[in-house]
Amino acid sequence: MATTNTSDSRKAKLMMQISQIVVYAILIFLSFMCLFSFYMLIVNSTRSNADLQGGFRLVFSDQFFVNLKNAWTDASIDIPRGMFNSFVIAASSAVLSTYFSALTAYGIHAYRFKLKKAAFTFIMAIMVIPNQVYAVGFYQMCIKLGWTNSFVPLILPGIAAPVVFFYMKQYMESVLPMEIVDAARVDGSGEFYTFNRIILPMLKPALAVQLIFSFVQSWNNYFLPALLLDKAEMKTVPIMIAQLRAADYSKFDMGKVYMFILLAILPVLVVYICLSKYIIKGVTAGSVKG
Amino acid sequence: MKQLSAHKSKSKGVSYAKWGYIFIAPFFITYAIFTLFPQMLTIYNSFFENYRSGLKQVGPNFVGLENYITLFTPDKNGTIDILKYAGNTVVLWIGGAIPQIVIALLLAIFFTSYRLKIRGQQFFKTVIYMPNLIMASAFSMLFYTLFSPVGPVNQALLEWGVLEASFDFFAHKVSVRGMIMLMNFLLWFGNTTILLMAGIMGIEQDLFDAAQIDGANSVKVFFKVTLPLLMPILVYTIITAMIGGLQMFDVPQVLTNGGGTPNRTSMTLIMFLNNYLKTSKNYGMAGAISVIIFIITGILSLVVYRSLTKQDN
Repeated sequence: MATTNTSDSRKAKLMMQISQIVVYAILIFLSFMCLFSFYMLIVNSTRSNADLQGGFRLVFSDQFFVNLKNAWTDASIDIPRGMFNSFVIAASSAVLSTYFSALTAYGIHAYRFKLKKAAFTFIMAIMVIPNQVYAVGFYQMCIKLGWTNSFVPLILPGIAAPVVFFYMKQYMESVLPMEIVDAARVDGSGEFYTFNRIILPMLKPALAVQLIFSFVQSWNNYFLPALLLDKAEMKTVPIMIAQLRAADYSKFDMGKVYMFILLAILPVLVVYICLSKYIIKGVTAGSVKG
Repeated sequence: MKQLSAHKSKSKGVSYAKWGYIFIAPFFITYAIFTLFPQMLTIYNSFFENYRSGLKQVGPNFVGLENYITLFTPDKNGTIDILKYAGNTVVLWIGGAIPQIVIALLLAIFFTSYRLKIRGQQFFKTVIYMPNLIMASAFSMLFYTLFSPVGPVNQALLEWGVLEASFDFFAHKVSVRGMIMLMNFLLWFGNTTILLMAGIMGIEQDLFDAAQIDGANSVKVFFKVTLPLLMPILVYTIITAMIGGLQMFDVPQVLTNGGGTPNRTSMTLIMFLNNYLKTSKNYGMAGAISVIIFIITGILSLVVYRSLTKQDN
């Protein structure tokens, strides 16, 4: 009896070790899949055009700064301008999205009013409707208002961001005691003052996460900006990337092409590497409750 | 006295109610201007003939359902474009989404299993989530350069003697679709893994313990405990992935330079819409396509909404 028990547990232990090895193998394979293309991107951004034509290499070369200078000063694709434009749009819309979503969520969370339930239901219902389905009207409206080649229609809609709203609402439900609001009122604090000076600081972690997500989403956005912006000095990074794809490929310095792609993703990559822990936590917190 | 205080507190509530409306007003005003009005305008457009032909502007003339009829009328070769592109979208979505959900489910179970005790979880999660934040158009451009006839993939395959002549990945339906599916998979599986992990961690640990004591093996635990309890989140994940798939644009658009090559086999619905909108300025047809996509998303959103509110109750 005792012997079969130990052999059973030994067998179970072996099985566990085998499954652990299989699991690690799967994880390493998937990590490799995720990293390999970016590794190739970084390696190739350090190689000269002649070197790149010469063949496949996995090791870094020393042409990084040459490629960087060539890409940065390219005459047809003004990447510094594109990055500046993308940054202005992404930063402004992220600030608007985050602030006004918190404001809206607070309005529904903290006050009792007739249309409270209806307002919440409405925002939830529109949450997943993609912007492509009203792009026709949006485009026509922007033409009528002279808003093509303007950042306004890419920034202002950020005020109404249902997903950010939902995240904020969930967060408030878990961390915001209404007693604080009552106490502030007793002290004679006005409603806006309470929100800006007392509530917002309490939401800091949620605000930070949503600032990042909104920024990234806007930075990566391609469909609407490509529709609205066609002047060279107004273009954003994704439009320039598509332009790069459309250009006559064979005439291109490939080291420069890899550098353009690297520059397009670098800001987000750097932020992610620094803050990945918080970002990953933020993925779940605002979605469905576990 | 009691009556009075009740009355007073009621009037106090009314005076604060105004602030609720003030706080939510910016959202609804913005929504009305930038979404609701354009949405109405889009639907309105779908009933009009309104396009540019060369330098000549045709319309807008009211044509009723003409645009919708045109959309579903076979062309000279007997193909109905919108159905072809809807089919492409579905194929491309399924090819990316099925492995995405299966792998994500598997990884979520690995990560949450206290028997396996996976080390370096933070590292693996960080790596697999990363592509989700990467600019899809740049990722697609990267794939284009890597898989181009003179790119590193072909160079490697030639150098290792796998190929005799470089293979044009962009001339074959299977390889183009395969690349799009692979990219969609890589962009999204980390995100899905993290969502499903949260779902599994939300399940009472006692239930797993009880099943274990009853002698259930891991496979049985998965099918009898984990999966049924995870169902609401899984449904939410699948439906939102479907809505995301319907919007598929950046990856195939950049990879094929808007052409959906070869032979329009990788052209998605939104690329079709984009062509009408940008290239031919045909607002009527673009409007009709938008309305159709809107109806499909509407139905899918209803399912999401119901699964979300069920969660809340």
